[in-house]
Amino acid sequence: MGDQLQFIQLEVMVVALGLLVLLADLFLSESARRSLGWVAAGALGLVFLLSFRESFVGLADGKAFGGIYRLDGLALFFKRFFLVTAIFVLIFAMDFASRLKGGMSEYLAFILFALSGMMFASSANDFSLLFVAIELITVTFYILVSFQRHRMHSLEAGVKYLILGAVSSAFLVYGIALVFGEAGSLKFDVIRAAHDGLLGSNVFLFGMLFVFAGLAFKISAFPFQVWAPDVYQGAPTPTTTFLAVGSKAAGFVLLIRLFGSVVPELTAQWTGMLMVVAALTILYGNLCALPQRNLKRLLAYSGIANAGYLLMGIVAQSESGDGTAAILYYLAGYLFTLVAAFMIINLLARDGEGEDISCLAGLGKRSPFLALTLTLAVVSLAGIPPLAGFFGKFLLVKSVTAKAFGDAGYFALLAVAVFGVVVSIYYYFRIIRTIYWSKDTPDNSPVAIAWPTRMVLGLCVAAILYLGLLPDKPINWANAAAKIETVAK
Amino acid sequence: MLPLLAAVAVGFVPGSQRQAIRGITIGASGLSLLCALIAFLSFEIDGELKFETKVPWVESLGLYFHLAADGINIGIILMGAIVAFAAACCANDITHRVKEFHILLNVMIGGILGAFASMDLFFFYFFHELALVPTFIMIGVWGRGANRNYATYKITLYLSLGALLALIGLIGVYVQTGAESFSIPDLIDKVGKKPINEAAQQWIFPLLLFGFGILVSLWPFHTWAPLGYGAAPTATAMLHAGVLKKFGLYGLIRVAIPMAPVGAQSWLGVLAWLALGNLLYCGLVAVRQKDLNLLIGNSSVAHMGFIFLGIASLNVIGLTGAVLVMIAHGLLAALAFGLSGHLYRQTGSLDMSRMGGLLRQMPLAGSALLMALFAGCGLPGFANFAGEITIFFAAWAAGLKTITVIAAWSAFVIGGLYMMRAIRNILHGPRGDDWAKASDVNPLIATALGLLLAALLVFGFAPWLLTKGIEGEVTKIVRLAKPEAER
Repeated sequence: MGDQLQFIQLEVMVVALGLLVLLADLFLSESARRSLGWVAAGALGLVFLLSFRESFVGLADGKAFGGIYRLDGLALFFKRFFLVTAIFVLIFAMDFASRLKGGMSEYLAFILFALSGMMFASSANDFSLLFVAIELITVTFYILVSFQRHRMHSLEAGVKYLILGAVSSAFLVYGIALVFGEAGSLKFDVIRAAHDGLLGSNVFLFGMLFVFAGLAFKISAFPFQVWAPDVYQGAPTPTTTFLAVGSKAAGFVLLIRLFGSVVPELTAQWTGMLMVVAALTILYGNLCALPQRNLKRLLAYSGIANAGYLLMGIVAQSESGDGTAAILYYLAGYLFTLVAAFMIINLLARDGEGEDISCLAGLGKRSPFLALTLTLAVVSLAGIPPLAGFFGKFLLVKSVTAKAFGDAGYFALLAVAVFGVVVSIYYYFRIIRTIYWSKDTPDNSPVAIAWPTRMVLGLCVAAILYLGLLPDKPINWANAAAKIETVAK
Repeated sequence: MLPLLAAVAVGFVPGSQRQAIRGITIGASGLSLLCALIAFLSFEIDGELKFETKVPWVESLGLYFHLAADGINIGIILMGAIVAFAAACCANDITHRVKEFHILLNVMIGGILGAFASMDLFFFYFFHELALVPTFIMIGVWGRGANRNYATYKITLYLSLGALLALIGLIGVYVQTGAESFSIPDLIDKVGKKPINEAAQQWIFPLLLFGFGILVSLWPFHTWAPLGYGAAPTATAMLHAGVLKKFGLYGLIRVAIPMAPVGAQSWLGVLAWLALGNLLYCGLVAVRQKDLNLLIGNSSVAHMGFIFLGIASLNVIGLTGAVLVMIAHGLLAALAFGLSGHLYRQTGSLDMSRMGGLLRQMPLAGSALLMALFAGCGLPGFANFAGEITIFFAAWAAGLKTITVIAAWSAFVIGGLYMMRAIRNILHGPRGDDWAKASDVNPLIATALGLLLAALLVFGFAPWLLTKGIEGEVTKIVRLAKPEAER
């Protein structure tokens, strides 16, 4: 048993940290509580460093707890990804503290619990662990979304997320039940070994379709995307960031694991459907983002569109590892761009609650640093070189193009993607235009930025540039992480 | 590379030092012009790559930072450097946010020269984008006219679409050749041994054709061009219309035809007809223009028709002529936009019906404009004539006879029509009221424009300076594209 615990040491540390934060809340004075977030962020930084420890990395490619928990390159990559995201979100939350009227320590603890769910999800090798991890994420997010109890919007977002999240869980459970009924096991390994026989069974296919639907909720893919704009807009901004980056990536790691490694032949069979879903997601997200003036809503729709681009990687992944590597690269870039964008929006909308695009007016003069950071983030999202977003899209398009010859459907998908990117340039460009050359500037006061926020933003800028300018090493990392166990042929 | 350094240097100079900023830009572009000139003069034609720089960038994907010159791009680089220098000289009409403008201008120049010098598909595209993004910003911030916002959006969306289509085509080339690198010589080598399968070529070529075509304002995707140039600041219009736009044509010749010759065979007929659309439709549109900038913009779109026709003929003289017109038109467009920018600064209007008698008012600018307009309608002695006549021969030889005749007719009649009208309206006749206080060009701009004009004339009287190098390279490409017709 002791050996087995080694595998989940990171998760155990995170959960323990969450409990510690909750306990500390009882004993600490009001002023000491304020620093809890910094302590938690620092502790997560330590966990992040520990994940590079030789003795831990050496465990890779192992399984634990009867094969339901898998530690491989992919899981390691995503664990680190989630840790970095959570560190940023914690720092962000401290900046946001004055606007949370509820208990600050509970908010921090729930972020940590959601994080542990995401980390478990990245290692799930069994439908039961998959479901528990997803529920751990979703249930904590119900609370995180509606944490600002005094705001109607926040509550409304919470209720919407609760109802639609429950529906998606229902899909997931029902799908898992059908799969279990047919396969006789919840273990991915067993299903992988028996997939030849299972693919002929309609009950199994139906079950997998339901599982896909459940995960599609998480990544906000069409037609399960309706919750995203309202929830993104209403939720406290740190929650939105965590939802947009962490929760979405958790959905993708499970999709990669399930459709890339457990039933890759089913993915090949479903290529048509996946392409349609990806194309509609891209179209829906981009077209709906066009008229948006609320920045958080705009980023929600652009998040839907980005889920579509990422699905292109799933479509292209069925045979080579290229698609998976592209997804990982894209997500890494997405992490830094979104954290930067949401942090800046939050800084500017601090007072009036309004996240209207007009709050960016004159930012170029108010704070050149913020203006430049937001510009880089937005330009990277639009996929213009030489930034992280461009290289991510480049890899995704490359992986799809590699398969396109011989099947015109892929070209249709590429055409939709190109159309989506052109549309997105229009609305991203509008943000940049507002920053630099908008005529009416209501507020000319300089923006005060706390140093941790400044540091996070600086890190994001560095990462966006690094991923865009020197992609050699990160691509190798992504390629290494993308090598997952598939069906032995 | 020099202009990029200059962009960084300008970044450090405080915004108040306008003279210093301008000086750095002009100095940097002048220096790169000097380098390009030395490179051009010392260039030996033996079919090898010259002045190579190769640094690995992303080894796992086979991306190399690879710059080099051969017979085709050495001329274009020289032309780009001349135009860049001229544009830097003409950039003194910018009065606000001078520092930012010059940073962008330097980035744009660096991107342009980099794109044409790249021997790696990825950097080829990368540098082009690097030049394109400043274009959008410059039009948006420093542009003129009431339509500026609309023009900015239009040019951004159109050109992004074109660039993305071309990118997919380029990735298709990379994937299909199974090459380990994005290097153009390597890819051509690979294709020479084992061509891309024909079905794939039928996809790749149109992707590249329309992707690059949109970038070059191929009819009917040309509407962004006159509008964008009308709204752009002088230096930007000069650089974009003169040099950056040629990127698409260069890509067609460099990548699309050698990589997908079978696809090319089946699409070049279409291209020839679209080229006719450029020549006729845009020529006729140009006739109706009252605004000088729109006239130059439309005529520049029309001239692209010649180049497309040269490419469509797919033989050695056709492609040689196409490259020659690319270079000639680059110089001409820069000259024309530089002059119209000067005129605009004098009165803030380019309405031709209110101009007149400018030859007396400003003899230098006037005669330069006269020469530019003459060159535009293909008067012998200018490089344009040499290129255009070559293309006609080529198109005739390629069996596109009807098209050739119509093209010749349209080029000379329509071109003559609008250019003569412009000469009459602007240069002769009674002086327009607004122009009483207008002054002639200052020595700096005069040097810049003189340089452009001189280059036009030199290459017009001695086109062999360019064609010798071009021919060698083009022959290789044609041999790849049409292995059966060894000639």
